[in-house]
Amino acid sequence: MSAATTSVPADARPLGRPLTANRLPKWAPAAVAAGSIALGCGIGAVGGLESKLQWGLISAILFVVISYVLSAQVEGRRQAKDRLATSVVWVAFILAVIPLLALTFYTVQQGAKVVDGNFLSHSMRGVRASGPGGGIYHALIGTLQQVLLASLMAAPIGLLTAVYLVEYGRGKLAKAVTFFVDVMTGVPSIVAGLFILSVWNLALGFNYSGFSGSLALAILMLPVVVRSTEEMLKLVPNELREASYALGVPKWKTILRIVIPTAIGGITTGVMLAVARITGETAPVMLLVFGADYINNNPFDGPQQSLPMYIWMQYSQVNNQYGYARAWGAALVLIAFVMGLNLIARGIARWRSPKAGH
Amino acid sequence: MAKRIDVSGLSAYYGSTKAIEDISMAIEPRSVTAFIGPSGCGKSTFLRTLNRMHEVIPGARVEGKVLLDDENLYGTSVDPVAVRRSVGMVFQRPNPFPTMSIYDNVIAGLKLSGVRKKSVLDDKVEKSLQGANLWNEVKDRLNKPGAGLSGGQQQRLCIARAIAVEPQVLLMDEPCSALDPISTLAIEDLIGELKTQFTIVIVTHNMQQAARVSDRTAFFNLAGVGQPGKLIELDDTQRIFSNPSVQATEDYISGRFG
Ligand SMILES: Nc1ncnc2c1ncn2[C@@H]1O[C@H](COP(=O)(O)OP(=O)(O)O)[C@@H](O)[C@H]1O
Ligand SMILES: [Mg+2]
Repeated sequence: MSAATTSVPADARPLGRPLTANRLPKWAPAAVAAGSIALGCGIGAVGGLESKLQWGLISAILFVVISYVLSAQVEGRRQAKDRLATSVVWVAFILAVIPLLALTFYTVQQGAKVVDGNFLSHSMRGVRASGPGGGIYHALIGTLQQVLLASLMAAPIGLLTAVYLVEYGRGKLAKAVTFFVDVMTGVPSIVAGLFILSVWNLALGFNYSGFSGSLALAILMLPVVVRSTEEMLKLVPNELREASYALGVPKWKTILRIVIPTAIGGITTGVMLAVARITGETAPVMLLVFGADYINNNPFDGPQQSLPMYIWMQYSQVNNQYGYARAWGAALVLIAFVMGLNLIARGIARWRSPKAGH
Repeated sequence: MAKRIDVSGLSAYYGSTKAIEDISMAIEPRSVTAFIGPSGCGKSTFLRTLNRMHEVIPGARVEGKVLLDDENLYGTSVDPVAVRRSVGMVFQRPNPFPTMSIYDNVIAGLKLSGVRKKSVLDDKVEKSLQGANLWNEVKDRLNKPGAGLSGGQQQRLCIARAIAVEPQVLLMDEPCSALDPISTLAIEDLIGELKTQFTIVIVTHNMQQAARVSDRTAFFNLAGVGQPGKLIELDDTQRIFSNPSVQATEDYISGRFG
């Protein structure tokens, strides 16, 4: 009841919480990871677990749990939750990367045994299937020609379709086109192959050829190109179009000289990724290109070979170690080719993207 | 170069909503006319009807007449692309073309309409950048991207780009609203110089700016949300700011609403 004077204790902290708190040292996560792995391997070895996968999983779980408990003890609950989220993300990341690295590593290891100048420059003509030797030259030529032809068809059509949808398309027609592109995205590659087979080869009577394979590949590539190009064109701010119109530039020229150049990095990346996608397609090629073990430089006439089909043909010979080795060699070349395309796509995207340089 | 604009009975729609209604006014050549008024009263919409940019928006249309000297911009055989070459525009946010250098930005309009000769283009770049008071700042880095300039410089680059195609009229939609005070001052000075050659129309939110740069001021207002905007009055700037003839104008200017 007395006067409302409250004396402040000398040691009271000003206003609420302190700004400093106990923190685990910077090296703690690494130490916990090392400890967890050691412990996980120990448990695995002692428990006699066969699979190294189980060892890894035990280590991962230990890592998540130990970091959480340790942090909760030292740093408090909020920090511990933060650490929990971080360690889960790390574990998920490593789980995602392991198969990728393993696949690349194994392919390189197996493929490097056979890939050499001879392998790259010779076909399978006159090579005994069950014996050593031979190469992928005919398949490489086939894949390059088929993919190039497919891209020459799908890229311009896809680009123009996307330009139509973004810049001109209104009303029913645009809706219908969008719908069909969506449907095409979901077409299984074998169905595209069957379609071309029944229309081009059976109804119209054309022979097996690299070109009929590339028709099917183009069908598969088209929706990917349309979608990615559409997204890129939509990213171009409307202000740029208006700025161009306001200078008295007609619409078609605005699209050609302002909109597409602004988006060209992303468009090229999209096309490259679509190319990479169809490079590995096997099903339609099997139906339409037929497969040949000799070199056929003319994609418009007669059977050709392609890398994915070559891999399949080599690997489908039961218990043939030479066939297996050649399949891995071709797989290595295929992966290297696709990776090369991806790198080029990234390079172009970086090189052509609008810069704010100084 | 500069031309006179006569607007009569002009209404503009977005789809079925009427954004501005029955606007008539005369805009004098070689002068600065400022549009002021509360947000959403249709200043930008009206400005864009003056170079046929309004119809670029899907579903948008215009009724009425806009005479440039004696030619109706909305006449049947008039090409909107040609209209936009005579009536240039500067936007609220600086929008240089990101893929182009400073040099290419300035001559974008010329190049896209077919001018190729290097000497002509070089000359034009220097003249336009000087006209936009930007030459001294960028003359050593004409080949650098336009997007690397400061906001105020980018806006002056956009003005240079607009005047490079030698329009008769220059429309500016709040050209300084994204800029700092120093850049704003630079653009205001520039407007004072440009009016000797062009007919200038500027939309501004800033009353002092309207008072500083314009010769005539138009006040727009709307009766309520969802109602179309209307021209309330157009008079000499001095009169609008000292002794307007409509009460609403005085209320707006003295900050009682808007
Ligand atoms: N692109 C558009 N589509 C539909 N309505 C619009 C569009 N632009 C503006 N409007 C409407 O038109 C009216 C006038 O807008 P605007 O001309 O931008 O006003 P101000 O520039 O005076 O602020 C507003 O009601 C606004 O909502
Ligand atoms: Mg506006």
